[in-house]
Amino acid sequence: MEKVIEIQHLSKSFGTNEVLKDIDFSVSKGEVVCVIGSSGSGKSTLLRCVNLLEKPSGGKIIYNGKNILDAHHNIHSYRTKLGMVFQQFNLFNNHNVLNNCVVGQIKVLKRKRQDAEKTAKKFLHVVGMDQYVNAKPEQLSGGQKQRVAIARALSMEPEVMLFDEPTSALDPEMVGEVLKVMKDLAKSGLTMLIVTHEMEFAKEVADRVVFMDKGVIVEEGPPEQIFNHPKKERTQEFLKRTLR
Amino acid sequence: MSLEWVITILTNNWPMFLRGAGMTLLISIIGTLIGAAIGLIIGIVNTIPMPERGVKRLFQKTINFLLSAYVEFFRGTPMIVQAMVIFYGSAMAFGIDMDVFTAAIFIVSINTGAYMAEIVRGGIISVDKGQFEAAQAIGMNHFQTMMNVVMPQVVRNILPATGNQFVINIKDTAVLNVIGVTELFFQTKSVSGNNFRYFESFFIACVLYFVMTFTITLLLRKLERKMAGPSNYSMIGGLPMQVVTPEDTEHKIKE
Ligand SMILES: Nc1ncnc2c1ncn2[C@@H]1O[C@H](COP(=O)(O)OP(=O)(O)OP(=O)(O)O)[C@@H](O)[C@H]1O
Ligand SMILES: [Mg+2]
Repeated sequence: MEKVIEIQHLSKSFGTNEVLKDIDFSVSKGEVVCVIGSSGSGKSTLLRCVNLLEKPSGGKIIYNGKNILDAHHNIHSYRTKLGMVFQQFNLFNNHNVLNNCVVGQIKVLKRKRQDAEKTAKKFLHVVGMDQYVNAKPEQLSGGQKQRVAIARALSMEPEVMLFDEPTSALDPEMVGEVLKVMKDLAKSGLTMLIVTHEMEFAKEVADRVVFMDKGVIVEEGPPEQIFNHPKKERTQEFLKRTLR
Repeated sequence: MSLEWVITILTNNWPMFLRGAGMTLLISIIGTLIGAAIGLIIGIVNTIPMPERGVKRLFQKTINFLLSAYVEFFRGTPMIVQAMVIFYGSAMAFGIDMDVFTAAIFIVSINTGAYMAEIVRGGIISVDKGQFEAAQAIGMNHFQTMMNVVMPQVVRNILPATGNQFVINIKDTAVLNVIGVTELFFQTKSVSGNNFRYFESFFIACVLYFVMTFTITLLLRKLERKMAGPSNYSMIGGLPMQVVTPEDTEHKIKE
């Protein structure tokens, strides 16, 4: 399968704290990869390194056959190929729902407003938020905000969607609506890299599950293998703790 | 106090008071606007990520040093002294013969700029880090992030402080009388110098200053409310019962 992003020997330190150690990992076209692991294991940092919100300390990130960590590589155009969904939504507070999905298309992708609005409305429909185009972020519930955030990322028509615990900041009754949207996206063939604590969700939608612990990838494989027949002791312990 | 005197002074000198108040207002408005622009520019420049090495880094460090020197110097010295130094100094040191109006605008702008730079800095800090990250994550560069996401929020955040600065400027332009700017204080001094009714003359000035500052305060409150936008939104294609327009809510509030 064609690899969209390939990470080689990636490392990341904050001062003397080595948070990621020699990570090798790739995402193929159309694949849904879920990253699981206990708190502080470096999942968010890995995701943030992939779209360069954190600058990796070492290693390579290969996209389209080129190492985007090479100097003079245009990281802004690289980032448009990755859609990021944050735990805290981070909708632009100064824009309404529609403009949240439009501003990047116009300013970064240089699309015409008319086309941008059409695209935005299409994806707002996908996440079931097309009725709320005029609403301001502060007027929405958490689940609605996160669905708009997903539409905002989709509106850039990225090659990969990155999700960093998209449901962790939500009240329990809103988790379902966001997971439902994500399941639909997974079925549509979108390439997705998802950090999540929702094990049932991972079991259901993931093509591959990656288990991280203390800055390294301990084990990866199809959900059936990771959840039912984990090979490594650390994976077994983690699952025992979380699936109880 | 004699009301008759107040009336007499007004009837005889109202054009002077009016011109004085007009000058005060003009200098404060232009000074505040230019000062705010200076503050916003400094605020943006200060947020430019520092290159890790090279000439660019040195250049940026120098710029940042000069800017903070400017801010600290003008915040740390009285405007009345700055007025003297700049007005007489420019003539002496550079042979520039500034007319007093230009000097007045220059002094107020540059002074306000120093304060506004700090206000803007605070405004930028108060914008959530997630806003920067979300903008960068969709591929915006630093400038695009600042212009489309951060600064609009900063402007809204700093509006009350800017209004405050405007009000301060209306009052503080009085010090410009030392270089002979014909603002309200200067005019009042002239009037009272002729009639020797200091109390009544300055009482009139007092009222005029207050009318100006209070009007500005009210106007800015209105602007703030307007910028906050309607507190409700209308659903598109929703059920009729769900349609909530701003007008509806206004009715409800009034009732
Ligand atoms: N900006 C930072 N500066 C210093 N240390 C950091 C920073 N960001 C993360 N860390 C550290 O890196 C480690 C990994 O953090 P990370 O957020 O990647 O974990 P995580 O797996 O996402 O955890 P969680 O499930 O709680 O979100 C933690 O020990 C954290 O303290
Ligand atoms: Mg995390």
